[in-house]
Amino acid sequence: MDLKEALREFCVRQGDDAVVLSHRVTEWCGHGPILEEDIALSNIGLDLLGQCQSLLNYAGQIKGNGRTADDYVYRRPENLFKNCLLVEQENGNYANTIARHFFYDVYHFYLLEGMQDSKDEFLRGFAQKSIKEVAYHIRHSSNWVLRFGDGTEESHAKIQEAVDFIWRYTGEMFENDEIHRTLAEAGIIPDYETLKSKWDAKVNEILAEATLIRPDQTFMATGGRTGIHSEKLGFLLSEMQYLVRAYPDAKWD
Amino acid sequence: MTETEVFNVLSQIPDPEIPVISIKDLGILQGVKIENNQVFIDITPTYSGCPAMKLVEDLIHESLAGKGFDSVQVISKLTPVWTTDWLSDDAKRRLEEFGIAPPEKTSPNKSWLSAEGPKIIRCPLCKSENTIMVSQFGSTACKAHYKCADCLEPFDYFKCI
Ligand SMILES: [Zn+2]
Repeated sequence: MDLKEALREFCVRQGDDAVVLSHRVTEWCGHGPILEEDIALSNIGLDLLGQCQSLLNYAGQIKGNGRTADDYVYRRPENLFKNCLLVEQENGNYANTIARHFFYDVYHFYLLEGMQDSKDEFLRGFAQKSIKEVAYHIRHSSNWVLRFGDGTEESHAKIQEAVDFIWRYTGEMFENDEIHRTLAEAGIIPDYETLKSKWDAKVNEILAEATLIRPDQTFMATGGRTGIHSEKLGFLLSEMQYLVRAYPDAKWD
Repeated sequence: MTETEVFNVLSQIPDPEIPVISIKDLGILQGVKIENNQVFIDITPTYSGCPAMKLVEDLIHESLAGKGFDSVQVISKLTPVWTTDWLSDDAKRRLEEFGIAPPEKTSPNKSWLSAEGPKIIRCPLCKSENTIMVSQFGSTACKAHYKCADCLEPFDYFKCI
């Protein structure tokens, strides 16, 4: 597979993960269970939004298709979004939100860790910068998994239920397709088998400490990376893209 | 104007969120280059999603308007990766006077994953070291939220990254 094509597609996938997850967390803005969490999630959303912007602007420069992050985010229909299904799942209760973030944060962290010495100059700098931010994300979500799991009977039950529900969306992050293999062989991204084993180790460690049971369900939902999404993404995009589609000439200031 | 003169002019621009330190103190302003009467200014964001970056760009354009250049281009770069280690001791002192506890030096721990060790953050108001972290996330991306157990005031801590 052509290396540049693979690189662009990879950046679109990661950029889409970031923007969709960012949109989801900002849905909590003004509704957080406590003020500190409201602020924490808005900050996390902002980090992700900034990362999305860098990735999609870079994607637009590869092979010079000239698109900007705004073009990607606001002017594509859902079947051209390549985020994984995990990040588009709805917020639910706070345990649902935390479980979704925890599984994604662990993947995100180790992916960036493995890209810190990427052969691609942009991704190398991007990873070195973003990992500092994502370290805060992973500490935030794992702390809450621990507090819920090892908390009251009710919080324990809610986080276990949330983990059980979201589990089916975790497999897609590690699907090792041609794009990943091409980039891993070129030393641009880490090998997905290694990534998965690091993810497993961290997830097992935190779940055990939180007195939670790792689901043994093996069915994994798939489709997001190739543009086949749940209906949830359409609703999310219709809100996110509304203004730009209704008023295409709208400008700041 | 020479590159140094332009750099000195831009060094006066205060950070939009923390006006007691400049964009140079903070390390956002990275460098200035002039070629054929065109200015190229490198800046780097503190955090990827820092919403003040657009404003910083505008302020740069504003302070160079009417100085006779054919064009002014602001280029945002991710590397070298921004770190709070760039803050000078003087800038840290001004932060504390302003009511924000300044960042510690970053730890040599490269993993980033291990929780931050027990460190002592001094209350910028009463200087007590008896303080408690309320949240890793504060009023802006670069700050955490603390409170003082002695004077009971809440305060911001400039996170070290
Ligand atoms: Zn105090």
